[in-house]
Amino acid sequence: LYLLQQCQENTMELTPENILGYINENNEVSNSRDLCTKMNWDHEKLFGICMSLVSKEMIVDKMHSDQIRSLTAEGRKVLENGSPEFLVYQGVGTEGTSKADLEKSLGKGVVNIGFSYCMKNKWIRFDKGTGLVTRSADNVHDTVSEELQNLENLDNSKLNLYKKRKMVEMVKQTHFSLTKGPKFALEVKTYEATLTADMIASGSWKELDFKPLNLSKGVKGLPPNGGHLHTLLKCRTMMKEIFLEMGFQEMPTNNYVESSFWNFDALFQPQQHPARDAHDTFFLSDPATAKDLPADYLKRVKEMHENGGSGSIGWRYNWSEDEARKNLLRTHTTAVSARMLYQLAQEKEFTPKKYFSIDKVFRNETLDPTHLAEFNQIEGLVADYNLTLGNLMGVIREFFSKLGLTNIKFKPAYNPYTEPSMEIFSYHEGHGKWLEIGNSGVFRPEMLTPMNLPEGVRVIAWGLSLERPTMIKYKYSNIRDLVGHKVDIDGVQKNTICRRGLGN
Amino acid sequence: FFFLIMPVVSVKRDLLHEALGEVYDQAAFEDLCFDFGIELDDVTSEKEEIEKELGEGSEKLKDASDEVIYKIDIPANRYDLLCLEGIAKAMRVFLQKDPKPPVFKVLPKKISMTVEKSVESIRPHVVCAILRNVTFTQASYRSFIDLQDKFHQNIGRNRTLVSIGTHDLDNIEPPFFYRALPPSEIKFVPLRGSDNEVDGNQLMVELEKDLQLKRYLHIIKDSPVYPVIYDNRGKVLSLPPIINGKYSKMSKDTKNILIEVTATDLTKAHIVLNNMCAMFSGYCSEPYTIEAMDVITESGEIVHENLPRMEYRSTTASLKYIRSLLDLKLPSNEVVDLLNKMMLPSSVSADGESLEVLVPPTRSDILHECDIAEDVAIAYGYNNLNIVTPNTVTSGGQHPVNMLSDLLRSEMAFAGYTEILSFALCARNENYDFLRRKEDNLCVTISNPKTFEFQIGRTTLLVGLLKTLACNKQLPLPIKLYEIADVILKDSESDVGAVNQRRLAMLFSDVQASFEKLQGVLDLIMLKLGVSDERYYLDGNSCNDEALFPGMRANVMVDEKNIGCIGILHPEVITNFNIGHAVTVCELNIERFV
Repeated sequence: LYLLQQCQENTMELTPENILGYINENNEVSNSRDLCTKMNWDHEKLFGICMSLVSKEMIVDKMHSDQIRSLTAEGRKVLENGSPEFLVYQGVGTEGTSKADLEKSLGKGVVNIGFSYCMKNKWIRFDKGTGLVTRSADNVHDTVSEELQNLENLDNSKLNLYKKRKMVEMVKQTHFSLTKGPKFALEVKTYEATLTADMIASGSWKELDFKPLNLSKGVKGLPPNGGHLHTLLKCRTMMKEIFLEMGFQEMPTNNYVESSFWNFDALFQPQQHPARDAHDTFFLSDPATAKDLPADYLKRVKEMHENGGSGSIGWRYNWSEDEARKNLLRTHTTAVSARMLYQLAQEKEFTPKKYFSIDKVFRNETLDPTHLAEFNQIEGLVADYNLTLGNLMGVIREFFSKLGLTNIKFKPAYNPYTEPSMEIFSYHEGHGKWLEIGNSGVFRPEMLTPMNLPEGVRVIAWGLSLERPTMIKYKYSNIRDLVGHKVDIDGVQKNTICRRGLGN
Repeated sequence: FFFLIMPVVSVKRDLLHEALGEVYDQAAFEDLCFDFGIELDDVTSEKEEIEKELGEGSEKLKDASDEVIYKIDIPANRYDLLCLEGIAKAMRVFLQKDPKPPVFKVLPKKISMTVEKSVESIRPHVVCAILRNVTFTQASYRSFIDLQDKFHQNIGRNRTLVSIGTHDLDNIEPPFFYRALPPSEIKFVPLRGSDNEVDGNQLMVELEKDLQLKRYLHIIKDSPVYPVIYDNRGKVLSLPPIINGKYSKMSKDTKNILIEVTATDLTKAHIVLNNMCAMFSGYCSEPYTIEAMDVITESGEIVHENLPRMEYRSTTASLKYIRSLLDLKLPSNEVVDLLNKMMLPSSVSADGESLEVLVPPTRSDILHECDIAEDVAIAYGYNNLNIVTPNTVTSGGQHPVNMLSDLLRSEMAFAGYTEILSFALCARNENYDFLRRKEDNLCVTISNPKTFEFQIGRTTLLVGLLKTLACNKQLPLPIKLYEIADVILKDSESDVGAVNQRRLAMLFSDVQASFEKLQGVLDLIMLKLGVSDERYYLDGNSCNDEALFPGMRANVMVDEKNIGCIGILHPEVITNFNIGHAVTVCELNIERFV
């Protein structure tokens, strides 16, 4: 009777109903693989059916994994052909043979291994004088191949031996167990995939059962087809908004080509200053020189460089107009600030101004993970009567607090066109240290006086790069992952919205 | 406003502590530096440096010292802080361990330097001075050599503007002569490069092998005459700005020193001479005394009298200005105290309105009273000042071109396109040959690019879009990209001869080309810009853009003006940029919509 029952079970077909029936009878499936062995079912197929029942909440599954013994490729070869020692024993035959002949028929690998085991087992003998190999035992069994057939029953010492001989390995195998789910039934109902317009129109939705949603953790919806803004430019928008909130007006910075005059001379940067070196600046061969420079202003700039004035002793060297006419790609947007201040000074009546810009500047740098030949500079400036150094710190503090950086301090620094000058440091919790985040200063009187700005008007300004805070915010260590054609577009599409603050 | 290159000075920590008369732990020293406006950049040792450079197995490590070295960033205008002596003195005064900076005593001149007319064409200026009864230690002699190096690199701009020669006065015979001669007539045994007498031409050949000196050779090499300093015996002391002669060679045991500074910039020559004398006259038997020299012409007229100019320069600074700039209500005498700490001895003027400030000969950074005000602020402490947001009332606003760009950037993203950000500079062949376009004399050309990547300003946004696509081929198709940015175009109307132009460029890439899909986006953008169908059409006949496939390209016409083009990219262009699938592109000048 038992045999008959087993026979019946073995012929049971793999269907959802049969699985449900089995669970109904036994209350559970404790091990899916055992069940498959018992029923002669395919485990993959069983898994597929069960997952669909799980999604309908008819049953509940639980995954398990085991380490099981498994034959390696080498092990399977032994099962098929016999162990190397047995092959060698057979190869020697009753007459005996030479090692070279054995290698010819069995291959060097098999002979190397098999020979030494045969010697160990005392199955064969080797005459060093004649080179002849002969049998030294009769009725030899291939125990290796027999034992590999019965892996499960091997004791540990044998198991280790076969592991060492790379015939057996431990592999991970998963199985699952099943119990009844909240919607357990013996019949599988058909479920509607989703609600349709027809169902709504006919009212059939009232009778229908709907497939439950798969809300498992990590299961994603379908991605939308929308586009994305670039990471750095999202930060640019954030910075721009901060300036606008603070009442700053954007400067027209859409002129990458600039004369040395506006880029350096107007800023009272002497012509022999290292920053003007061709090592650091892209000069142009075409168009090589600027033709129009404001003549009167140029004269006053020259005088200030050469002999000083308004209380300054000047730089005391021979200023060259040719040098000032040399065209370049602007090295800072402060060149535009100089143009704007000059224009402001030409107006009949001075009105206080707050200006900002965020745009590209160029440096003739060798590229490395933190430097590019072009990057974006953020600049803010305030022009008004009797501004103080404390005002500069105040406006910087407000700017950075809107950015989410509240812990900042100022270090004396040197900048050729500002005095006093300050570096701005912010305490970064993540890095656990003070990071330099910008530079600032009060524009030198030697820069403002030749423009004819009224006496007593002071201009305070600060600058920083857009890339550096963006890299800190989005945790980039290589600037080339953020800017330029090598940027991973997928990364752009996955970056978060740009909130205030250097965190994310 | 950033990436300022600052000189870095290496000093031995223990020697610095000794000079300061106090041992600081590192954190306290860092704070002191921060307040003073210098920065402890790195802490290392000779051993560590060698390990970093040559690896752990280096032979040189055996003799290397592991004394702690502080590397300190110095503001680029403070030539008085480029050696341990200068840093220690400034800090001692700042910490009020010393009451004031040294006053220098210039002893009467005995020796002159004749500057001959011949040098005018090559290196016109020389200034000089003598230090007597100097006692160096190994460390102070090293500092003496290092400071000359610093000056050469820095203010001397790799010796082009200024270079220094220092000589053992006891081995040479005054007076001295600075003249220029054809290289073949200059014969001497140089300090390096040859053990035998060579002439100027041979020396240039020998020094080509000298890794350190060969980079200075260009300064005089092709000149018909070389500048040279001789003594009264007719022996060569130096061949500025390249090398000294062996004849006048110094050592740590040298007692009496001739310092000569040759230059193309006289102001800088004085700065260097003053600082050399100020820093090392401290080691004279009577500290801070210097023996004067005159520079005279061949006919005996005085060019520079009683060098070096070690007198303090007297200047005034308005108290009202300082108080207003710093928003400080300090009494005058406290402002004076602050300036004293910064090595600017001062006193209040009779009317109480201003300060009489004595600027030491080492403080060439003081040009204007704003420099004096800054030192008041540093001594007071920047972070102790009254921090107040300015009450300047203004109305904010955006630049119209940028405002339009931002609005269109959003529309493009809404349309399913991803924004890219590419470089404004590119290689010439990318901008023309790769796109099958002919040179049009519209691009600006860089004269000194460091890499091929940056030869010209782009005249089209397509280069950046296509390069970005080539680097992102693994993305699932279709790939839809756009960029709104500036190209640079030569323009004779502009003051500098070139202008930016704001463009919108977009790209659609898939297994098969689709003109209509990108046309749809163009239609949408026109719709959003309020350009009615009557004002806008595509003209296939007038479009000859070789970057685009013939018959599948058109000019974009708005109000009968050509504002750009749209089309399927020519297969050769796709191959040139190493892309592989079909690409449709569109590029528009959007400035007319501002």
